[in-house]
Amino acid sequence: MTQPVTTSSAASLPLPEGLQGIVADWSSDQRAFKNVPWGKAMMWIFLLSDTFIFSCFLISYMTVRMSTTEPWPNPSEVFALTLWGKKIPLILIAIMTFVLISSSGTMAMAVKFGYEKNRRMTFILLLITAALGATFVGMQAFEWTKLIVEEGVRPWGNPMGAAQFGSSFFMITGFHGTHVSIGVIFLIIVAVKVLRGDLDHERPGFLTGRKGNYEIVETMGLYWHFVDLVWVFIFAFFYLW
Amino acid sequence: MAHAQAQQHPIGIYLKIWGLLFILSTASYLVDYFHFQGYLRWFLIVVFMLLKAGLIVSVFMHMIWERLALMYAILVPTLLLIVLLGIGALEGNYTFFTRGAFFGPAAHVPAQHR
Repeated sequence: MTQPVTTSSAASLPLPEGLQGIVADWSSDQRAFKNVPWGKAMMWIFLLSDTFIFSCFLISYMTVRMSTTEPWPNPSEVFALTLWGKKIPLILIAIMTFVLISSSGTMAMAVKFGYEKNRRMTFILLLITAALGATFVGMQAFEWTKLIVEEGVRPWGNPMGAAQFGSSFFMITGFHGTHVSIGVIFLIIVAVKVLRGDLDHERPGFLTGRKGNYEIVETMGLYWHFVDLVWVFIFAFFYLW
Repeated sequence: MAHAQAQQHPIGIYLKIWGLLFILSTASYLVDYFHFQGYLRWFLIVVFMLLKAGLIVSVFMHMIWERLALMYAILVPTLLLIVLLGIGALEGNYTFFTRGAFFGPAAHVPAQHR
């Protein structure tokens, strides 16, 4: 049987520089995003839409914070913890930030080892990522409990000032925490697939008939880094502002 | 499907970016810890935030190694958010002004003008 001729132009044609390259890619046949697997391109487009959702939340938060005539509760004091008899401002949130950044680092390395087909390392790093993500969600649960039970913060009011503080807080961090939780579940699923060798043997997943490959680790990584990215903005605008 | 070139980069770059993210996070935490206020505080927060976001998107999410067609398709639409930000700021200011005018302690409107 003869081998079919490679007809993909993506690899053979030189890519023009700058804007001309964009025009060449977008005006070409069939696919605009060359050298990128479909799953990854679609994950990027999903993340773009998610960016708009989180931006709507953060911009609404800005609007209500600007428009309230009540004083805004000081996040530095609200989220302070007393450790070893000393009150440290915002310490829990700082630790959560470091936990999430570390999980992003391990995720990036998991993607690298995945492409090297190093199953063991990929599995271990994915599991560490999931564990750090779960730690983050656990700390957030602690933070929510403290805020609701001890500080008396509710979506419709709180003893410290503007009522909008509670609604913005629960909406934004709740939505972000949901993203982290979903990410942890999918990290465990991908980790199990890696460990079982599903990706090496190109076994299809349970939701799709497509063959498994190590690109799904990178796609998973994109989602996970995005969750970290959103936290960067929440940390800056909600906790530090 | 054309066989995609895998995104393979030396592990050192990830570790370096990880370290940088730690430093930048510590710096933004210290902004709060040392009680910087006003424009200096906001400036520092936004600078550290944008640096962190840029590092995550470009290196961890491999954006600097992607073709411009994808880069522009994802990054340019986010500029629309500036419009929403402007609208939100206008609306917030206006609401604050009307609240001050009608519900604030200084809102003594004579009865015949109500």
